[in-house]
Amino acid sequence: MVGGWRLAAFAIALLIVIPLAVVLSSFLSPEREIWSHLTEHVLPGLLANTFRLALGVGIGVTILGVSLAWLTAVCEFPGRKFFSWALLLPLAMPAYVTAFVFVAWLDFTGPVQTLLRTAFGSSGWFPSIRSGGGVVLVMTLALYPYVYLLARNAFLTQGRSALEAAQSLGCSRAEGFFRVALPMARPWIMGGLMLALMETLADFGTVAVFNYDTFTTAIYKTWFGLFSLSGASQLASVLVLLVFALILLEQLSRSRLRYTQAGKHTQSERIRLAGWRGVMASGFAATVLLSAFFLPVAQLVLWSASVFTQDFDERYLSFLWHSLSLGAIAAALTVACALILVYAQRHHTDSWTRIAVRIATLGYAVPGPVLAVGIFIPLAWLDNQLIHLSKSLLDYNPGQLLQGTLLVMIPAYLTRFLAVGYNPVESAMQRITSNLDEAARTFGVTGLQMMRRVHLPMLRGGLFSAAALVFVDVMKEMPITLMTRPFGWDTLAVRIFEMTSEGEWERAALPAVALVLAGLLPIALLVRHTETNR
Amino acid sequence: MTIPQCPLPVHGATQLELKGISYSYNSQPVVRNLSLRLKQGDIGCLLGPSGCGKTTVLRTIAGFENIAEGSIVLAGETVSREDYTLPPEKRRVGMVFQDHALFPHLSVTRNIAFGLKDWDKAEREERVETLLKMVGLPNTGSKYPHELSGGQQQRVALARALAPCPSLLLLDEPFSSLDVDLRERIGQEVREILKAQGTTALLVTHDQFEAFAIADEIGVMNGVEIQQWDSAYNLYHRPANRFVADFVGEGVLMQGVVLNEMQVETELGTISGEIPLECKAGCQIDVLLRPDDILHEDASTLQAEVAKKAFRGADILYTLKLPSGRKVLSLVPSHHNHAIGEKIGIRLAVDHVVTFTKNQHSELEALG
Repeated sequence: MVGGWRLAAFAIALLIVIPLAVVLSSFLSPEREIWSHLTEHVLPGLLANTFRLALGVGIGVTILGVSLAWLTAVCEFPGRKFFSWALLLPLAMPAYVTAFVFVAWLDFTGPVQTLLRTAFGSSGWFPSIRSGGGVVLVMTLALYPYVYLLARNAFLTQGRSALEAAQSLGCSRAEGFFRVALPMARPWIMGGLMLALMETLADFGTVAVFNYDTFTTAIYKTWFGLFSLSGASQLASVLVLLVFALILLEQLSRSRLRYTQAGKHTQSERIRLAGWRGVMASGFAATVLLSAFFLPVAQLVLWSASVFTQDFDERYLSFLWHSLSLGAIAAALTVACALILVYAQRHHTDSWTRIAVRIATLGYAVPGPVLAVGIFIPLAWLDNQLIHLSKSLLDYNPGQLLQGTLLVMIPAYLTRFLAVGYNPVESAMQRITSNLDEAARTFGVTGLQMMRRVHLPMLRGGLFSAAALVFVDVMKEMPITLMTRPFGWDTLAVRIFEMTSEGEWERAALPAVALVLAGLLPIALLVRHTETNR
Repeated sequence: MTIPQCPLPVHGATQLELKGISYSYNSQPVVRNLSLRLKQGDIGCLLGPSGCGKTTVLRTIAGFENIAEGSIVLAGETVSREDYTLPPEKRRVGMVFQDHALFPHLSVTRNIAFGLKDWDKAEREERVETLLKMVGLPNTGSKYPHELSGGQQQRVALARALAPCPSLLLLDEPFSSLDVDLRERIGQEVREILKAQGTTALLVTHDQFEAFAIADEIGVMNGVEIQQWDSAYNLYHRPANRFVADFVGEGVLMQGVVLNEMQVETELGTISGEIPLECKAGCQIDVLLRPDDILHEDASTLQAEVAKKAFRGADILYTLKLPSGRKVLSLVPSHHNHAIGEKIGIRLAVDHVVTFTKNQHSELEALG
């Protein structure tokens, strides 16, 4: 039993090691003409696009996230309490949903440019929304909450004494922000920025709406357009290297610094923004919130209403059913695996177990298309072996046993979202000190009885949030679902992809509303958590 | 050791004066009509239970809080009035925080140099060097705060506050995060450093031994007011009221009857000393008996039963029950080891008679 935990942890770690190894080994048997086509015509553009996107989104989310965090954490202005939590709402919007609403609004045929043409006769000067700038704008609005959440937390927990120490050493408050508060919050800001950049590199749906080619869309096109799995795999390996470079960069930037909070957790007097400065602050926060959440949601609701009678039918219900059931299966499996990892770490303190757990939870950094390719290839190979075996032994061709089934999809979800499920379970487990175990043991409660009577009741909250987070993430997931779904398993996300590819914005709105509603669930959990901790 | 970069202080001048300051929070008075004065080079201390306004006093002097009444004068300049507060960054007041508040993102050197940004580079480096040496931490300049022990962080915080040559140094419970056995030692080190530089300082603490270790003058605070502003010796031996007697040191109040202007009759015998004027012969009075006022003497006819004992190394603090049932404390060299329940002989040896008349009403049986 005790050795079993560790063994299970190693098995789970293999789930991520195998696809990565498969993808990285794709250079061992290259399809030369396709690879040379890719390097000559595709790769330079992809690299340039990816770099521009990452740079733009990085700058955008840092500016929005940090400034809003500072305003709501340290200042006082009209509506501050509301904005503190409401600014997290855009997390409920899948970026590709915000994306198609913005494209619909700002495209040549959209209402904004049409209005401009009737007013001024021409809208040729209006910058094209289907451009790098457009993607950066939408992704910034969708991803700034990561930086906002972490930076705000940093500002709130810094305590007042560091800033007061700066003041007593001759710093004004404004100087104190740049010399003390901002550098002290840097690890948190970097953490939020990293999350946003990982999402950016992994994004498929948003760039697809904008026809802005990055690695994820190129992998999709190479696989399903050029039918070259090894070409897709080679592109995936480049993407993996980019992700690893990002992780390395983050680790390096931390180096020796370890920023524990300086000073006790006392809420200091807020900086009062009176008069027009307060109005400016409210206006700024309101503009961000309206454009990132409320206006797109209002638009989705209007569109849904207009197509509801014709589109709300059995097919829509089957999309919904597929999304819900996939979410539920993946959530249950992920939480089970997370629990195994957490127990492995509790029972084994050796470095091998620690490394296995680290690797197993690395999947959040690996973009979906990479996992799709990396898991599909070995299963397809296994399928062929089975067919071969069956033919030679039984003289019977069973057809593909694995490829067209959930066996590709579910492991891909599992690896991608294991970290999402692991973190809440792990932090719940940390509250169960070893003293508590020992106390239970003195009453003769051990083994499974201890799990049932002591651990599970205490872990329940963590398990629930883990399941909810994974469930919603799977519902919103697009590239893995799109590339590996069994025939007929169309989900809400797939439906959105198909409708937006046709430019049928109104018809994409109905499934999008369901995803946004589901997305509000983890936000509610998050808001409750952050607000009760204040 | 003198620090060449700081102007030499003028001794004897008043460096800090609080004139009747008041401060309220949510219309609850926190500090009321409080006055105190520190001369250049003096180390003062506000001592009081947690929850009294002592930290608030410090924060008003630093300029973090506005006062409602009175004024604060720092080196001749009025820095706070009821309608005016000079911002903290303009006061040249150094502060050592309870949690040190070192900047975690800066090395020790850059922490200390934080307030020296207007100095030129060579002077700044020399100043940091000097301070590191002075607080006994040479060669730690490149470390980060989290790499230091609590005592080392404490010293860096002190060096950082002293770096810009503040006209006054404030210390807010500076040793409370240190281990008990470190406190007194570091406290004395800090005193030496401050005295060597002639720095005027005001400390806030709830720990009397910390206060005794560092300060020249101590103000015992209760609630919103200072009860007594005096030397450690006087606070212990001549407490101005029952609160000070209770808060500083240990002891009990023993009922007595005044015989004449110089004598009080108690259960333990007659005590001689000055009696407050309003007490005439026959009036009831309470006498403060410290543990060192009652000596153990085997031959004494006065016997008391050991009710409790606390071993303190060199001494044992006995709680003794008198025939009447009243209890007194006695500090006895620890080789006189007696069991609980045993009867031992005691003798009164009161050097300073401290008495409180009955109208200063409160029930204080066993203090401390």
